[in-house]
Amino acid sequence: MTTITLRDTALPRVAAPATFTGQDFRTATGGMIDRRRPLDFTFDGRRYSGFQGDTLASALLANGVRLVGRSFKYHRPRGILTAGSEEPNALVELRSGARREPNTRATVAELYEGLEASSQNRWPSLKYDALSVNALAAPVFAAGFYYKTFMWPAALWEKLYEPMIRRAAGLGRAAHAPDPDTYDKAFAFCDVLVIGAGPAGLAAALAAGRSGARVILVDEDHRMGGRLLADRREIAGRSGADWVADALAELESMPEVRILPRTTLFGVYDHGAYGAVERVGDHLAVPPAHAPRQRMWRITARQAILGAGAIERPHVFGGNDRPGVMLAGAVRTYLNRYGVLPGRNVAVFTSGDDGWRTVADVVAAGGQVAAVIDSRASVPADLRRAAEAAGAQVICDGYVTGTKGHLGLEAIEVVDTYGSRQTIACDCLAMANGWNPIVHLDSHLSRRPVWDEAIHAFVPGALPSGMVAVGAAGGAFTLASCLETGGRAGAEAASACGFAGAAPEIPKTDPESIAHTPLWRVPVSKGKAFVDFQNDVAASDVELAHREGFRAVELLKRYTTLGMATDQGKTSNLAGLGIMAELTGQPVASVGTTMFRPPFTPVAIGAFAGHHRGKDFRATRHVPSHAWCEEQGAVFVETGLWLRPAYFPQAGENDWLETVNREVNTVRAHVGVCDVTTLGKIDIQGQDALALIERVCANPFGTLPVGKARYAVLLREDGFVLDDGTIARLGESHFVMTASTANAGKVMQHLEFCHQWLWPELDVQMVSVSEQWAQYAVAGPRARDTLLGIVDPGFDLSNEAFPFLACADVTVGGGIPARLFRISFSGELAYELAVPAAYGDAAWRAVMAAGSAHGITAYGSEALSVMRIEKGHAAGAEINGQTTARDIGLGGMLAKKKDYIGRLMKERPALVDPERPILVGFRPVDRSQRLRAGARFLAIGAAPSLAADEGTMTSVAYSPSLGHWIGLGLIRRGPERHGTRVRAYDPVRDGDIEVEICSPVFVDPKEEKLRV
Amino acid sequence: MRYSLLSVLGQALRGQRDWKPQWRDAAPKAEYDAVIVGGGGHGLATAYYLAKEHGITNVAVLEKSHVGSGNVGRNTTIVRSNYGLAGNIPFYERSMKLWEGLEQDINYNAMVSQRGVLNLYHSDAQRDAYARRGNAMRMAGIDAELLDREGVRGIVPFIDFDNARFPVKGGLLQRRGGTVRHDAVAWGYARAASDRGVDIVQNCAVTGIRRENGRVVGVETSRGFIRARKVALSVAGSTSLLASMADLRLPIESHVLQAFVSEGVKPFIDTVMTFGAGHFYVSQSDKGGLVFGGDIDGYNSYAQRGNLATIEDVMEGGMALWPGLGRLRLLRHWGGIMDMSMDGSPIIDRTPIDGLYLNAGWCYGGFKATPAAGFCFAHLIARDTSHEDAAAYRLGRFATGHLIDEKGMGAQPNLH
Amino acid sequence: MRIRCPHCGPRDNGEFSYLGDAAPIRPDGMEAQPVAMHDYVYLRDNPAGPHRELWYHGAGCRSWLVVDRDTRTHEITGVSSARDVALSRRTGEVA
Repeated sequence: MTTITLRDTALPRVAAPATFTGQDFRTATGGMIDRRRPLDFTFDGRRYSGFQGDTLASALLANGVRLVGRSFKYHRPRGILTAGSEEPNALVELRSGARREPNTRATVAELYEGLEASSQNRWPSLKYDALSVNALAAPVFAAGFYYKTFMWPAALWEKLYEPMIRRAAGLGRAAHAPDPDTYDKAFAFCDVLVIGAGPAGLAAALAAGRSGARVILVDEDHRMGGRLLADRREIAGRSGADWVADALAELESMPEVRILPRTTLFGVYDHGAYGAVERVGDHLAVPPAHAPRQRMWRITARQAILGAGAIERPHVFGGNDRPGVMLAGAVRTYLNRYGVLPGRNVAVFTSGDDGWRTVADVVAAGGQVAAVIDSRASVPADLRRAAEAAGAQVICDGYVTGTKGHLGLEAIEVVDTYGSRQTIACDCLAMANGWNPIVHLDSHLSRRPVWDEAIHAFVPGALPSGMVAVGAAGGAFTLASCLETGGRAGAEAASACGFAGAAPEIPKTDPESIAHTPLWRVPVSKGKAFVDFQNDVAASDVELAHREGFRAVELLKRYTTLGMATDQGKTSNLAGLGIMAELTGQPVASVGTTMFRPPFTPVAIGAFAGHHRGKDFRATRHVPSHAWCEEQGAVFVETGLWLRPAYFPQAGENDWLETVNREVNTVRAHVGVCDVTTLGKIDIQGQDALALIERVCANPFGTLPVGKARYAVLLREDGFVLDDGTIARLGESHFVMTASTANAGKVMQHLEFCHQWLWPELDVQMVSVSEQWAQYAVAGPRARDTLLGIVDPGFDLSNEAFPFLACADVTVGGGIPARLFRISFSGELAYELAVPAAYGDAAWRAVMAAGSAHGITAYGSEALSVMRIEKGHAAGAEINGQTTARDIGLGGMLAKKKDYIGRLMKERPALVDPERPILVGFRPVDRSQRLRAGARFLAIGAAPSLAADEGTMTSVAYSPSLGHWIGLGLIRRGPERHGTRVRAYDPVRDGDIEVEICSPVFVDPKEEKLRV
Repeated sequence: MRYSLLSVLGQALRGQRDWKPQWRDAAPKAEYDAVIVGGGGHGLATAYYLAKEHGITNVAVLEKSHVGSGNVGRNTTIVRSNYGLAGNIPFYERSMKLWEGLEQDINYNAMVSQRGVLNLYHSDAQRDAYARRGNAMRMAGIDAELLDREGVRGIVPFIDFDNARFPVKGGLLQRRGGTVRHDAVAWGYARAASDRGVDIVQNCAVTGIRRENGRVVGVETSRGFIRARKVALSVAGSTSLLASMADLRLPIESHVLQAFVSEGVKPFIDTVMTFGAGHFYVSQSDKGGLVFGGDIDGYNSYAQRGNLATIEDVMEGGMALWPGLGRLRLLRHWGGIMDMSMDGSPIIDRTPIDGLYLNAGWCYGGFKATPAAGFCFAHLIARDTSHEDAAAYRLGRFATGHLIDEKGMGAQPNLH
Repeated sequence: MRIRCPHCGPRDNGEFSYLGDAAPIRPDGMEAQPVAMHDYVYLRDNPAGPHRELWYHGAGCRSWLVVDRDTRTHEITGVSSARDVALSRRTGEVA
């Protein structure tokens, strides 16, 4: 846990420029920066210096850098508006190369030694940005202008207009190289989650923590305390910062409390699930070795207390975007927390008492206040007097109507209650137009905030159970009410979790007043008055949207892009709504608000993915023979999660085809072994096991004797084939079923469904044993000879004693239990030998050893596939969820006298249509030609069209047994057309050849090799 | 006022003063020839084509909220006609052709951007499945190219070809596919339909479907009863709720599909790309945000939000395919409610109730279908017979077995 | 989302697979009619509100569960073993 000390705080004092650091706007003392630890950094290649504890924004301001970026559409110069994560303007590219992070808010980027930042969305430089000519065309670039033009000629859109727009749009440049850092994932469970460590959150965490509840306290800032770090406040006669330090010390002493600074709670999900991202290494140049850059927390909480605070609102007037115009609360943050006074000559524009705090703080720090403009007619006299005593001009019932300055603020234009105008020189304007509770998180579960007329802001509506908003986030703006609502909620949340919590006594705080009369826009201003700074949405755009009928809040947002920038409108939404309310003559409450979506602030995609990238994107399943296969230099292929050996190249073989041909020829002439462990294996036991099998399989099983296996076909309830496999009866009430590799999980789930939900009365249990048994196909004329070498003596493997489709429990290698099935996918004399998985590697090596005298080869999935195509067995390409049993040639085996899954629906007219494509074999008329799966069949001479389409080639292979390519495919009335020719049309690979329809069984059609 | 460079420049000089509402915010009349329920892309397109193609203008589009408040404004904006089954191919190609001429037709720039749709494959089996699909497209006269690895590299060189868990082997490319500015489709159709006399009635929720003698006679709404000879439902996501007002049960479930957008960055990818070994597809909007998505959350939902497991699944797919995404930030994620049908394909058909028409079951593919769905639905409403391009989209196909199941997943909506 | 499995306790929904509405009952046996089977396989009420549905705890105990969940809010009001529900339904049929 991070230890946080706040002892180095003192009242900031402006002194003579501190030339020794170059930080001309740094106060001589004060702030929570560590002045003993200077840090060098660069911005746009220029070197600057700041202190440990600075953000990039505070360090830039300390150095007098006001121009930080260019806006999205008009490329207007922009500076730093806020001191927090709501910043719309001061976005920079942080770091470089593969670590470049575009659109990074300078206001939350912690300064570190060597930090590298660049401005973005400008060319050739920040000061001289060519596209700032856009500003001249601003009258044209009104909201939605692009919907009305760029339509002629149509062909120019992709070629000219769109590339132009795309290049101009966007902000920073993404890193193109793979992200070199890692991301971690963590899961946590707690009783009480406290979001935000300002006064309300700390009070809540203290109350809950003292009860013994498991508490997690998160805050996005690197330093906890919220506004208590930014404002000069008193709690119980001590400074707010001291109270914070004490609270954190107490919380750290509690074993059940976890404190997570630098952690943004970005999303609220169902059933008490919360997403948070912890910036573990972002405050360093490079994360330390073995540490992640960020950690994604999934927190499950029984109770959540939202104490995320509030965001201050800017004023909307002409030129309100000029660098130097800032939020009044941010000015206090920079002054009190960072020891930076952002202007030599500060003006304050306020619509409430809160703005006067900024006046007082600037004055107290020895700074100069040029003017205070309060839009209200009546302002408490004591506030006025203090400002006037400090030499500030005070204008009540007046407005700031415009700003002047080249790349930064030089003066403001002001109008007073009598309409007289004046220009007042200043280099910093602090705006105070009230605060909006952060209702984003409470909205994530589709709860809309409601309007509170008392504080002129949206506050949380009805929250889901187990969630409560406290302090400013809940609309309680005074410090006293923050402490009170927080403490009470903490105690209540703990007691809801069964802990005896008592609301703490509320310490006495210094007096405060929060009177405020919101001003949605300055009525008499000139020039572009920005509502959404980042997306360059001005008040005039809201008017245009109103004029064109885009009055619903969602339409306003989408038409003007208000609130759609990277800040999700944190500083802008309400002004837009307020202006729309004025235009439509209805209260803001009726205009409503748009829905805030997660994440609260943008979250790195890498953090969501965690370690699931590269090879670790998904688990890799290895077959039991994997080590041996690797030793042999096998080529592997991804099959779902499995990595299967595809073929085993040997020295002197030139390509995969030569290898596969050798493997097939060896199996057909001698013997081969293939790892078929990937098949699903389901052990089914119980006196009703057979009854269940009868209902899930479409072919009959009633006559299957113990010691025999049978091919099984399963349908879905809609009548199409689900999967095929084999079922072996090992005992009266004991069966083992195999499923295809791809469908292993699905079949298991299906069987459990049939048993648990459809026929719960059946006395049967099943378990997947796919992982428990290694299974090897041993195939070829010498398969029996090979097996004799490893099956223990005493088991009679003769054709008479152990005929085709026999199965039995055997032992191998001197007493190791095993199962032997005489089943064949290759059409050869073949067995599948199953051994407990732990013996898989040894058994494989034993088979290879036993077969060496008989010329054994290992064969992979390619040879397996060639041989199944030679035998006309349907597999994944044919059993693709769109085919019936009849389509793939299995219609004859379906049971007539029992009910089973899919029985009725398979009889639907379209499923028994004689025109359906049915499985047959294909060979090229010119035997030297290659076949390709995916080719479509056309009648010879027919023009290609959908109507002429007769079916598809589904599987192809080069048959070394026949010396040419062969294929399986589905074609209309296939079985009736053996010997006829069609076109195999494959335009995507420039293929167009004649093929001949034939039986799908290419090798040993009489099955003589199978039963020897 | 007709939209043109001239009118835009003219209004720039006049302080944008003369623009009028893009569509009339009509109050409902007592009676219409046809009432279309749902002011989304499909409903508005249907109204437009009813007026334009069939001369039927005594039409109201009833929208419970505001124009385009449903899935037309929540999707990932992709258009394509790269389908593999005969029932789908002509329909989606009709849609693509309508997209290609849309802006000139409705005088609204919806930014139809034919930047190509690239589906990656990672195995021989997947390649052959794409070949099968691409060949079917080519037989229907639609562009399709099967690319090998190098072909893919030429388009998206920055993805992880070699180190990913599932190496990229190639892709199926439809160059005419691309993206369209989704909201503009709704607004453009609304404006064009309104100009032809259609009443677009917002804030008008349908609460009942009135029938007499087994025939529809109108709808009860939050703004009173509205008589209509024909009532057409075009309310993806809420189809079952509206259908239940007429005592219909449908082969549809409502599911949530999440979508994602990143912070805006300078041009980064200029095609639409789908990962073939995970749930991830991506394109970049003209504003610079990467727009991406994945699979549906997988459970019935009428809540327009999803959950973390699906979000992580999508991001994992993204990072596996494109590790350069890591430091880019997710800006927003949201959910839309899909009509997931039982075979993954839509329904444009009459219903067993005379005068009640249905356009539904679009799963997550409704946006690209917008023009053709409007075009074919209008044809059905006007003429009482299916348009030939939508002839397969019958409600009765589940009983007859004439399913259009592109993925072969069967009667389980959350798998399509 | 979290589902309280009666066997395993509350678990993340990523451990479960969803099937759908638990209301349709399979028309069993050789006498079942195609129309009834069509309705069972294809037609759904698809309500916005309380929904009784089937989930499979595939990454846990492999139990099928009947979950009562509101499709608008995702609030879960009950989870029980599907087999128990099915058995009690059978008993109900006999009674």
